[in-house]
Amino acid sequence: MSGYTSPVRDPLITGSKTYTDISNDICGPVESPPTPLFLIGFLISATVAGVGVLSIAWTIWKGIGTWGLNKTIGWAWDITNFVWWVGIGHAGTLISAILLIFRQKWRTGVNRAAEAMTIFAVICAGLFPLIHMGRLWNAFFIFPYPNSRGGEGLNSLWPNFNSPLLWDVFAISTYFTVSLLFWYTGLLPDFATIRDRASGLRRKIYNALSFGWTGTAKQWQRFESLSLILAGLCTPLVLSVHSIVSFDFATSVIPGWHTTIFPPYFVAGAIFSGFAMVLTLMLIARVVMNLQDYITIAHIESMNKVILMTGSIVGVAYLTELFMAFYSGNVYEQFVFQNNRIADPFIFGPMMGVPAAPYWWAYWAMMTCNVISPQIFWFKKMRRSIAVTFIMSIFINIGMWFERFVIIVTSVHRDFIPSSWSYYSPTWVEVGIYVGTIGIFMTLFLLFCKFFPVVAIAEVKSILKSMGDQYLAKQAEEDKAETGIDYGLGGASPAFRKDKDE
Amino acid sequence: MYKYLVGLFDDEEPLLAAVRSLKNEGVKIHDAVTPFPVHGLEHALGCKETKLHTAGFLFGAFGTTLALSVMTLASVVDWPNNFGGKPAFALPSFIPITFELTVLCASIGMVVAYYLRNNFSVFADTEVYDERLTSDRFGVIFNLADFESEEEQEKLVSKLRSLGVVETKIRETRNYKPNYDEQAP
Repeated sequence: MSGYTSPVRDPLITGSKTYTDISNDICGPVESPPTPLFLIGFLISATVAGVGVLSIAWTIWKGIGTWGLNKTIGWAWDITNFVWWVGIGHAGTLISAILLIFRQKWRTGVNRAAEAMTIFAVICAGLFPLIHMGRLWNAFFIFPYPNSRGGEGLNSLWPNFNSPLLWDVFAISTYFTVSLLFWYTGLLPDFATIRDRASGLRRKIYNALSFGWTGTAKQWQRFESLSLILAGLCTPLVLSVHSIVSFDFATSVIPGWHTTIFPPYFVAGAIFSGFAMVLTLMLIARVVMNLQDYITIAHIESMNKVILMTGSIVGVAYLTELFMAFYSGNVYEQFVFQNNRIADPFIFGPMMGVPAAPYWWAYWAMMTCNVISPQIFWFKKMRRSIAVTFIMSIFINIGMWFERFVIIVTSVHRDFIPSSWSYYSPTWVEVGIYVGTIGIFMTLFLLFCKFFPVVAIAEVKSILKSMGDQYLAKQAEEDKAETGIDYGLGGASPAFRKDKDE
Repeated sequence: MYKYLVGLFDDEEPLLAAVRSLKNEGVKIHDAVTPFPVHGLEHALGCKETKLHTAGFLFGAFGTTLALSVMTLASVVDWPNNFGGKPAFALPSFIPITFELTVLCASIGMVVAYYLRNNFSVFADTEVYDERLTSDRFGVIFNLADFESEEEQEKLVSKLRSLGVVETKIRETRNYKPNYDEQAP
């Protein structure tokens, strides 16, 4: 027996797979004709995406007046959706970059799909600030290039480099580009696998997609080096992107936004919501595409642990924010929390003697979904339950949407002058754009599932010897034969085997 | 036409052991092809360390310089703005964009260098040694120009058999395939 088998971890590849099985199982869906289920799903998603396209077209045609914004509330549904989608985009790069550096083997089962979700989510996210500009055709003004808007010669009108909104432009576009490069480079060997199994036109197409990958020692050497450095670059990048998104709020002087806790709090929230979305989709995909042997309960449990951790960070951040509002003695900050957020008509409002906040339901929906409900994952049984995980992932998706809505709308809807207090509710155009982005996301994800290898074939093969169930069982048998003790899957501890080798 | 002898293994460990033992005996190996990275294989073959990380550093440094110089040019030289008497050269607020551009340039530069160095192209005229080498076979490749006489070839094949090869075959290609040394550092 060579290689290291883990004595404490569950197998990450079950069903006694061989290298051939792995290629067959993962290339199978790409090589077979689309199933009726896929076609129905695709049709529905594309229709919903169509609603989004129409709503966006209507917004561009008529202007931002079609939205429910007013003089007091200039950011609402659009920026909520922007931050929500960017957050969802954080799981993929976390899984592929940070977990690569930490050598977490379970990432190999889900990294490909999670990275795809990152890219699709960032596409959806990027739409919102763009259409929010109103005059989409002038969007290129945000890039710093010498222009004649300032006067003669180089005397150009530049964007404001001190503005977090401009930092965001750079952060989001860098994040998108680097994630795309990382994801695509990882796909090359797997496209080559599909190519070498195909003939005719399919072979030609996948050859082009694989850029002529052959898998020589030198290619793999460079590939490993490139992956590691890209992962190292992506790690601070993931953390920077949502920090910069949070600067959009934190550097302003709006009570409820002007908080130094925002960057870490936003990053934790982003990873939290990203994992929830990965779970929502992968729980369905693993069943529909027959991937239970590659995305096992052990994978789901690991992701639920991340959810519990980040969810608890978010919970602590909510309470810290609340405490600081009280402790700061700043009446405006206190007002936002007490009168605009917490005061519900039943318990806390009457207790504090404050009339119900207009958006109390949003605040409490956020608290329930994000802080209270994920605590169920302290129980191993719940972490390993597919039904509970699926319901929780939906809860978290909803809760994290409300978090952004609460931060944005409840902070601005009642400003310093009571005469300008206002209320916001979305119009059908805004709802249409939001639902449409979900359609765009799903359409892209379904296309990805049909034409791309959903699990990283080469990476899964590289952990087969250390995490495949038959190898763990074999190790257990060997150790049992030697010691007479049944250690269970994975055998004795590595320390025992090291002694034996010496 | 170029001729290669392909020895196929069905597992990575015998391949690695075979490469090591052949290298010890001084047999000329042209290349090794595997469906996933086999750790230690590049050392066993004697591949030089890749210089991709150096390229990454240089491109990153370019990104840092580009970001800082454009922002300084714009907000100090070309059009300084007075924000409440704050300095025009506001280094702390330049940091986020500088960081992003450093990462962006390093990543794009490294990926482009990687693709160029491997001769990757969408129009690649790919001739694989064996179709299964991207799925479930591990190949060690010999250039038959190095083993001209039939006697030498037979000796090589029987040597490979003793090292656990499950199949050997001769592959002719239109294009010359560079070996791991010629594929450069």
